[in-house]
This record gives sequence, structure tokens and C-alpha cells, in this order.
Amino acid sequence: MSLLQIENLSVTFDGDDGPVHAVNDLSLAIDRGETLGIVGESGSGKSQTAFSVMGLLAPNGRTEGSVRFDGQELLGAEPKLLNRIRAERIAMIFQDPMTSLNPYMRISKQMTEVLTLHQGMSKRAALAESVRMLDAVKIPAAKERIRLFPHEFSGGMRQRVMIAMSLLCKPDLLIADEPTTALDVTVQAQIMDLLGDLQQDFGMATILITHDLGVVAGFCERVLVLYGGRVMEQGPTEPLFAEPTHPYTRGLLDAVPRVDDADAAMKAIPGNPPNMAAPPEGCPFRPRCGFAGEDCRVMPPLAPFAQSRARACQRPVAEVTA
Amino acid sequence: MSPLLSVRDLDVKFQITRPGDMPWTRPRYLHAVNGVDFDLEPGKTLGVVGESGCGKSTLARGLIQMVPATGQVLWRGETDLLSLSPRRMKPFRSEIQMVFQDPLASLNPRMTLGRIIAEPLATHRPDISASERRRRVAGMMERVGLLPQMINRYPHEFSGGQCQRIGIARALIAEPKLLICDEPVSALDVSIQAQVVELLKELQRDLGLAMIFIAHDLSVVKNISDEVMVLFLGRIMEKAPKAQLYDNPQHPYTQALLSAVPIPDPVAERAKRIVPMTGDMPSPMNPPSGCVFRGRCPRAQEDCARIVPQPEGGVHRVACLHPGPLQAGEVA
Repeated sequence: MSLLQIENLSVTFDGDDGPVHAVNDLSLAIDRGETLGIVGESGSGKSQTAFSVMGLLAPNGRTEGSVRFDGQELLGAEPKLLNRIRAERIAMIFQDPMTSLNPYMRISKQMTEVLTLHQGMSKRAALAESVRMLDAVKIPAAKERIRLFPHEFSGGMRQRVMIAMSLLCKPDLLIADEPTTALDVTVQAQIMDLLGDLQQDFGMATILITHDLGVVAGFCERVLVLYGGRVMEQGPTEPLFAEPTHPYTRGLLDAVPRVDDADAAMKAIPGNPPNMAAPPEGCPFRPRCGFAGEDCRVMPPLAPFAQSRARACQRPVAEVTA
Repeated sequence: MSPLLSVRDLDVKFQITRPGDMPWTRPRYLHAVNGVDFDLEPGKTLGVVGESGCGKSTLARGLIQMVPATGQVLWRGETDLLSLSPRRMKPFRSEIQMVFQDPLASLNPRMTLGRIIAEPLATHRPDISASERRRRVAGMMERVGLLPQMINRYPHEFSGGQCQRIGIARALIAEPKLLICDEPVSALDVSIQAQVVELLKELQRDLGLAMIFIAHDLSVVKNISDEVMVLFLGRIMEKAPKAQLYDNPQHPYTQALLSAVPIPDPVAERAKRIVPMTGDMPSPMNPPSGCVFRGRCPRAQEDCARIVPQPEGGVHRVACLHPGPLQAGEVA
């Protein structure tokens, strides 16, 4: 059984201008210790998927489908159960470490609170454990710096604090939502390196949500490509990057310049991302797709086509990869 | 051909505490840009890269007196822009235009697209008639890929990529010779970034624009630039033609920066070796003596604390006492 099994998840927001379908019929599974990347542009539904797992959707959000964690249904679960799972088994880190930390509280207080509240530790033991965790994320002089306030840390150090805090209860699943987007490249490299080490040491499953294909290429075993709230393609990282079989995945990879390429070529995808309040009929990528035809007005199902790979496209693989 | 822009010894200092704030306070300065010099030829693009806080945006703002700067900014080899009064600077402002990072925040939410794009014309070319202005706005909108029926809409009705097109149209309507782009694509989605970069390159080709392209994304800068300048804590670390800087970086900071860029290819990305940098960014209020990079540098030696290295060399300039290609022992 998978650690997390999402089946036919749909997320809808009721707005003034009618419903917005942020996520449509999304299914995914992640095993213990696995790393899964969810790639997509803004509005693709990647964060809303994570939020619905964590029960963090905005009040006007509705979910359908099923999210099972270790066999337990999370959608519509009692807050009490959700709180326990969120505290002990699933942790999440966010893009902006400054807004996720409380600026009025010392790091020591914010970290020990987690342990005294959820694990019933004594303050002294909680402090010792927090310092140990700050050491684990390679914050120098952790013993002294744990007394500081968030603003006294640099952006990279703050994200390290966030990671340390999320690992305090030894979660089975870590959801990292754009953890390095706000950071400089050199710091990003350090944080991704650190996450990789911790992932090995703690053996937790990790879902990495990002728009950065380079980060996914380095970190994830498996990738899910989202567009317009739907899965376009999924599969193991290496074959997916080596031979993308969905026109969107291909377009995305061609659009990103490579620093190791002589010209760092970028090939634009024409058009604009879909307006999710009035999405196009059928495949959301249809208006921007060079392969689109009349049959694309019907959304194709996500169909397996090779070893653990699947794609949602009306065109045959050979036509897209030719 | 004389350069369009010659910058010599550009300094930007911000006064953090003023004398007399309290009887005992002495003035303290943040030296944001320190002794930067470069030449820019017409029609060429200079990429400026560096991490947050390295002074790349302040450099751009200093060039056009959006922040007080000292040094020399010579326009077409004739006029030192820094010596001009605001009034005498005005004619030059239509020659140098800027495109900003946040496309929505840089547009007035209460103005229609048509008015936003027409405003620089109304300001800088009052001699142009209203009908001619409308004609030029329509022409420019078509040029940057905006549809004519959008002219009466407001910024919030557009996507990020479209807002950036509006920003570019506004910058180009006054027919500048130099376009300063401050992180023009970093707020945009990947698929839209390529659209905007392609548009900028096409406009540059057609209009013979010179560009200063500021970005933290080294891959995008590689795509668009002819020359690239690497800044660290307000100083030039390395400056070279694109191919030399990316294929044969000589400064340890450039090497570290380049090695950290993720490559969207699992095989290459996992095989890649990163040059580790120790420590944190030094405080610009209290920069280290000698080379500003020495605290994070794998090659730092005792002399680096005493001597401030100057960017030396011909077309490929390196500010380092121990320059050279990456050594085998320097990667993690």
C-alpha cells in the first residue's frame, strides 16, 4: 500500500464569478521513502493539491475524491485526526520562510513548542532536541543562535530553520512547496543538497512542488507534470526528461535555457496559461498546443504507455516524440 | 565607434545614520555599488548577474540618477549624465528607459493600457499631436504582441506576461537607445519567460537597442547577453564576453555561481559537481577588508585580506589575486 494515495481529487473554489476548478481528477501515489516532484506553472494546481492533503484549503474551497494517508481518509476528516497527522506524520515547508515563522517569537520557543505540545516533552529535552535538529540542518553555533529571532537570520538560514522545525517530529512525508524559489542559486544548491541528505538519513517520503525543472532533475525519482489543474504526464525522472511524450512537457523543456548549452536556447510556448475561471474545453493545453486537433476538445484520460509512465494526450507517443 | 555608454568608477552610497540623529551618532554608509566601470556599445547587451544584495539593481538606478551616485556616466562620449541637473537630465530620460521586475506593480492600476503606453510620449514629446500619438501607441502595441481591442483595459485584467509586454511597450514608445531591464522575466512563468526574452531580442535587433539586462538567472542571461558582468557586494568580480565567462570563468565566485545553477537534465544535474561556498553573505555595512569575497572563497590567502583586487585584463577582466580555472580540489 502506498503511503499517500490520492484518487480522482478535484478542488473547486466558489468565487463571485462562479466556480474555479483548480484541480481536476488528479491521482497520484507515493511510497515510503520516495521522492516525487510536482512540476507546473502558476495556476496549475500544484500547491492546491498539497493544501488539500494538509486540510489547508481556503474556506471557499471544496474537494472531491479521496486522499488516503497510510490507509486513513484525510478528506473531510475530523480536525482532531488531521491535527495529529499533521503534527506527527506529514510536515510541510513553504516558499517564504520569513512569513512562515512567527517574527515575535524566538526560534527556540517556536521549535520547542512543537515538541512540548505534540510529543509531551519537557522543555529542557525539547530544547536539546531542537538544538540537535538545527545542527542536523548545518546551522553553525546552533546552541547560541537558537535564541535569536527570525529576522536575525539570512533567507537561507531561515529556510534551514523551517526544515529543522518540520523534521522535529520525524514525519513520514515531507511536502516542500517551492522551498528554494525565494533563495539565491548558491543557497538553493546548499538547501537542495541538505534536503537530499536528510531525506536519506530520515527515510521520509518527499513531495517537491516546484516550477524549476533543474531542481526536480536533481532531486526527484519520479515526476508529475501539471497544467491547468490536470496531470499531463508522469513517470520516472530520467526517461521523462530524456523523452518527454506530452506536447506540454516537451514545450516546457524547450522553453528552459540550459546553462551548459552554448546558446542557452529558449523556445517559447505561444499563448497564455488558461484562465481557470473559464478553462478551455477538453485538454487545457489545447489552445497552445502545436499538435492539437478537433478530438482534443475531449480530455483524454491519463493512460499508462510504458514502464510506470502515463500521459494524457490524444496524439500517439510516436507523433509527439518524432 | 565610441561607446553609447561609458561608466567610470560608479559609486552609490546610502547614508544609514545621519550625523546628529543623536548627539553621538556618526554618519554610517552602506556602500551599495563600489567602483564599477564598463562600456556599452550600441545594439549590444550587457548582462549583470549576482545574488540578492550585490547591488545590481542599485547600479541600474544609479546610472539614471534614481539614486544619488558619484563617478562618471558618459553618454555617447559627450555628456556626463551624473553632472546634469534634473532639468537638463530630462531630454536624456527618453533615451534611456527601464523595464521593471514586477510587471503589475510597475503599472498604474488606475490608468488604461492606452494611457500607460502613451504617457512617456506625452511627457517627452509634447510636440506630437494626439492623433499621431494614438497611431504610435497602436503601432507599438502590435509590435509587442498586444491586441488593439485591449487598449481601454486596465492592468489587473492582464496576465503577468501581458503586463510585461505593456511595460516594454511603455519603455520603447519614446524610442530609447538604451533599455535597462531589471529582472524583467523573473516574476514570469517558465513558458512566458521565453516569450518575453524572444520579444526583447527581436526588438533589439530591429531597433538597434543597447540593453543592460539584470537578472539572477544565469541561464537566461547567457541566452540574451553579449557580455556578462558578475557583481558581489557592489564590486565587479569578473566581466567577459559571454562565451569566455561561461566556458572559462577565472574568478572563484563566478565558478561557484555557475556550478550552483540547476540543469534541467537528470543525468547532467546529478553528475555535476558544485563548488562549495562557506559562510554567509558579508554585511554591506561592514564589508571585509581586502577582497570582499574572501570570507567565502576556497582560494583565500593571507594577502586577500590586505589587497583589494582590481578588475584587470583586457576584454576578460577578473578582480582576483589568485585567478585561474577551477582546480580539481575545489569541487565538492
